[in-house]
Amino acid sequence: MNITESHQISQPPATSLRGAGLAARLTAIAGALVVSAGLFLYAGGWFTPHKLTPAGIINTFEYVNGVHPGFRRNHAKGVCVTGYFESNGQGQAVSRAQLFRPGRVDIVGRFALAGGMPYADDTPQTIRSLAILFKQPDGQEWRTAMVNIPVFVVNTPQAFNEFLVASSPDPATGKNIPGAMNAFLANHRETAAALQVIGKHPFSSGFGDSPYYALNAFRFVNAQGESTPVRWFVTPDQTFQANSAGATDKNYLFDGLIAQLHAKPLRWHLVLSIGQPSDSTADATAAWPPDRKQIDAGTLTINTIESEATSPTRDINFDPLVLPDGISPSDDPLLSARSAAYSQSFTRREREHKEPSAISTAEVEK
Amino acid sequence: MSTTKSPTQFAFPSRILHWLMAACLLAMLFIGVSMVVSLGDYHTLLAIHRPLGILILLLAVVRLATRLLTRIPEFPPAMPQQERFVAKASERLLYTLFFALPLVGWAMLSAGHYPIVMFGAVHLPPILPPRPELYATLRETHTILAYLLFLTFLAHMGAVLFHTLILRDGLLERMVPWSVRGAAGRSRM
Repeated sequence: MNITESHQISQPPATSLRGAGLAARLTAIAGALVVSAGLFLYAGGWFTPHKLTPAGIINTFEYVNGVHPGFRRNHAKGVCVTGYFESNGQGQAVSRAQLFRPGRVDIVGRFALAGGMPYADDTPQTIRSLAILFKQPDGQEWRTAMVNIPVFVVNTPQAFNEFLVASSPDPATGKNIPGAMNAFLANHRETAAALQVIGKHPFSSGFGDSPYYALNAFRFVNAQGESTPVRWFVTPDQTFQANSAGATDKNYLFDGLIAQLHAKPLRWHLVLSIGQPSDSTADATAAWPPDRKQIDAGTLTINTIESEATSPTRDINFDPLVLPDGISPSDDPLLSARSAAYSQSFTRREREHKEPSAISTAEVEK
Repeated sequence: MSTTKSPTQFAFPSRILHWLMAACLLAMLFIGVSMVVSLGDYHTLLAIHRPLGILILLLAVVRLATRLLTRIPEFPPAMPQQERFVAKASERLLYTLFFALPLVGWAMLSAGHYPIVMFGAVHLPPILPPRPELYATLRETHTILAYLLFLTFLAHMGAVLFHTLILRDGLLERMVPWSVRGAAGRSRM
């Protein structure tokens, strides 16, 4: 081999390297180290400080809400529940996930209010959420975080970050920034359109009589390997009652849920909306046409309620991309961004001391 | 101690594992550091990061076994004692990190109550019960160890380049994948 031979023939002593030759070699070594370190730091975002990152999104939440150590940076005020999902087997047409086989899987969940203020008062117009973790017997999990609006307000992470600032009071003055929302809407017609759709779906009176929508589209994969665009929502068995303006107690939504669950279990149907190949899976602001096929995959039953102080669900990250085999992400750019931002929020709050939740153990037991 | 002459190179499996792991580890370090600042690519990078980490852990087991079961070449004769000590210590540090980084990552996901997804339906069991505070500590440890690994890699690369380009004592030939006779045995002495 040439390399070997050349080395064996020429064994130059180190002392033969002098002047320009030595300098060139030392420079090459320094260059290799600097380039390696530079590429590493570049990959880590050190030279692009203004690029939006997961930490940047969570910083925005902390900017508009203040820092509330130990709490989720969004959907901060909440209460934990448990129950089960009874599949009727219909979901197997589109997904091979074990939970869609006929039978029952355990669930844990969390009802919450959108926003990063853990002690905010309940109001009729605050967006409500239901997060569910399905525990398949094979150990795989499906985590989904749903809200009571039928479409999302933005369709990119950058727009979400801007929307958050435009829609929140200025932390310095406590007042909305004049013109901020109009300026945002002028640049984001999809948001204006989404807000109109949301306006046509009035909120219900409480947590128990509300539907909750997953907003993002996913790809379901069945036993034959066929991939189908799917969105899902849960629709309550409890009769929808119109939002009443009379209720004013600061925890009235949670207290109502607690009272209902102490009386009897609450049920929702898990409905899968089946998209057509022409339906966009990358735009969370746009609903699919209303005539899309729907599959009722089974019933969610929620039968116990517990405060965050005692429930292990407090320390679960409802990352929307924790999916079982048979459910995959779509090309919706919000999905990866949500996963990244939730992880950042989770990492921050898990290292912080935990304060008692507004919905305390005493509140849940009364 | 065997009285037979030391080999001129690391054993063939060790050399292959060295370069294979170098590629995996560098890819892993870049994926890791990119992932934490990425929104759009976060999920894809994470989906590679987890199974690649477990692959590195498996390779580390094979590599350690190979390292312990095979004879290794001598250092170049002119290499000073202090440098030999540093070289041996940095080798131990690298091996420790090969094991520690994937295990801390696995433990961190376990403590954070995450499923340990490899691909499709293939999952690993948790190696710790869910423990929020421990998750936070392990998450930070994972980052610190990753930066430490990158710094150790830079020092390793710098030292080998110095031996190869300046001292020209054949140090690198002990580890090149192809066969070299008389590597590192050569010296100007």
